[in-house]
Amino acid sequence: MNTTDRPVLLYGGILMVGIFLPLAFPAFQTQIAMMWMMITFALTWDILGGRMGYNSFGNIVFFGVGMYAAASIQHELYFDIGQFEVISNQFNLQLTPEKYVFGLGLGMIVGAILCVVMAWVMGLGILGLRGQYFAICTLGLGVAVGEFAGSIDYIGAGSGMAAPVFPLAMGSAGLFFSYFFFILVVATFFSLKWLYSTRFGLALNAIRDDEDKAEAMGLHTTRYKTVAWCVAAFFLSFAGAGFGHLNGFIDPLDVAFPGATFGVWMVLMAILGGKGTLWGPVVGAVVFHVTQEFFWSTLLGWQRVALGLLIVIVVVFFPLGIMGWAKERWPERFGHKIEESPS
Amino acid sequence: MIGALFALAAFGMALVWGVMNVINITQGEFVVLGGYVAVLLAENGIHPFYAILVAPILLYGIGWFFYQTIIKRVVDRDLFTSLLATFGISILLQQLMNQVFGADIRRAAHGYGTWGFFDGLVTVEQVKLLAAVAAIALGGVLVLFLKKSRLGQAIRATAQNARAARIMGIDTDKVYAATYSLNAAICGAAGAMVAMIWVVEPYIGLVYTIRAFMIAIIAGLGNLSGVVVAGLGLGVAENFAGFILGAEYQIAFVFGLLVVILVGRSYLLGRKREYLK
Repeated sequence: MNTTDRPVLLYGGILMVGIFLPLAFPAFQTQIAMMWMMITFALTWDILGGRMGYNSFGNIVFFGVGMYAAASIQHELYFDIGQFEVISNQFNLQLTPEKYVFGLGLGMIVGAILCVVMAWVMGLGILGLRGQYFAICTLGLGVAVGEFAGSIDYIGAGSGMAAPVFPLAMGSAGLFFSYFFFILVVATFFSLKWLYSTRFGLALNAIRDDEDKAEAMGLHTTRYKTVAWCVAAFFLSFAGAGFGHLNGFIDPLDVAFPGATFGVWMVLMAILGGKGTLWGPVVGAVVFHVTQEFFWSTLLGWQRVALGLLIVIVVVFFPLGIMGWAKERWPERFGHKIEESPS
Repeated sequence: MIGALFALAAFGMALVWGVMNVINITQGEFVVLGGYVAVLLAENGIHPFYAILVAPILLYGIGWFFYQTIIKRVVDRDLFTSLLATFGISILLQQLMNQVFGADIRRAAHGYGTWGFFDGLVTVEQVKLLAAVAAIALGGVLVLFLKKSRLGQAIRATAQNARAARIMGIDTDKVYAATYSLNAAICGAAGAMVAMIWVVEPYIGLVYTIRAFMIAIIAGLGNLSGVVVAGLGLGVAENFAGFILGAEYQIAFVFGLLVVILVGRSYLLGRKREYLK
């Protein structure tokens, strides 16, 4: 097998998995959809966390905003606003398939625009901060936005809101969303692959390596950082829109802004796989999600203890992650992509 | 008066930050653990005021344990590694406390009354006054300790320049261990008072971490009077915000304020082409 064949086979194989896995395991369609979503999380986190060295705990904000935006658009389009409260409580949101897909599509676009604008505005302020200040600031941001969303009446406040019910037969929602998230993850992956190969990717790496020097070389670092955050926000808002509809019910703290679960997982998955690599977040997310689905239920009540322990172990003992370890172990497999660390 | 407790936790955070260059997210969990010590004492018939003495001793041990197992390995790495490691410990402790003590809100019954002045127009809870006095006394002892004792001098020397301190024969590893454990002990004492004045619950820790962090950045590292003033100011601001906006916004207010302060400071510094370091 020579090196030119390998990517084709790999991508072909993944495409096959993406198409046939949900069909082969109908009972796990929701989990499969979640797995693609986790990969999206890890990939988008890695734009800032891995490539740029800006570790964000607050990316979950865009996930929640996208989710609320998409669901609100559905409500606005097809339901009388006066009935809103009553409807959402009775869980009676039936739509025709065409309306459902159109509403979701429109909601995703509006959500994405909203998230990018938010990321831009917040980024101009927050991304002026360096390194660890940024990390803590986003930690605050994630919690503050979640708490705040829980007090807006329009989106159901603390009691949450319901997304429209999937219009087709009961089982088909899982299939629809596993393809939805598969397309999303493929789009995210190739957009980022392209992005990292451009000058923009180099600029991000320059910021990670030495921001002062990057600035001295004439890069508008804050602008680059803001754009990178906007890209992450863009893809996360799609993930949010999809997950809101898949889950059917949106709770401000547990579903829309789950800083303690998804928000932490995306960091962990990217580091577990190897931050700063393209495949690392993908591998990390798959490994994490599969082990989590298998073992989480046996750890009832102790999941977050395990989560905390896992973070500590990964960070302290395996800071390079799976891909970093593989690169050290079999450098020749990675061809010219080996990066010798200077120290 | 409440601010004095925040200031205590912030002082510990600034100490660890300045000496070890580690931002300790676990701060709040140490506070909550200290609070549980007071709760347990109160429930076993011992007056919770003794927790101000017992909690630091226990927390010193816990801090020492975490230093030896985890923090020791991340001290020399970049700031984010240690940030994430302490974040992991924080999640671990939160959930452990949830499992061990239960998710309920608990408080330490203390049995102090309230003084009223001017026919009850002004009321002072004795326990708050007592806690403020204890916090100030503790802060004073701490400052004296750092200024006068051998270990305190070693800590300050390491903060100035760890490499030079090592050359001068200071065992920096021991100094780090002592600093981290000392910080845990301070938080424990503050937590014991928190449990008497308010309540403790497993997940409230992060709020205290953020408060401590805010105070530390407003005041600057190693600026003790600044820490006290900022702590008192934050206490007052939070009370007012809770009064005006309503209690359900209190957590959102704390975290929102953090974002505003950070952005504001970086904007002010940005005009001088500088940034927060």
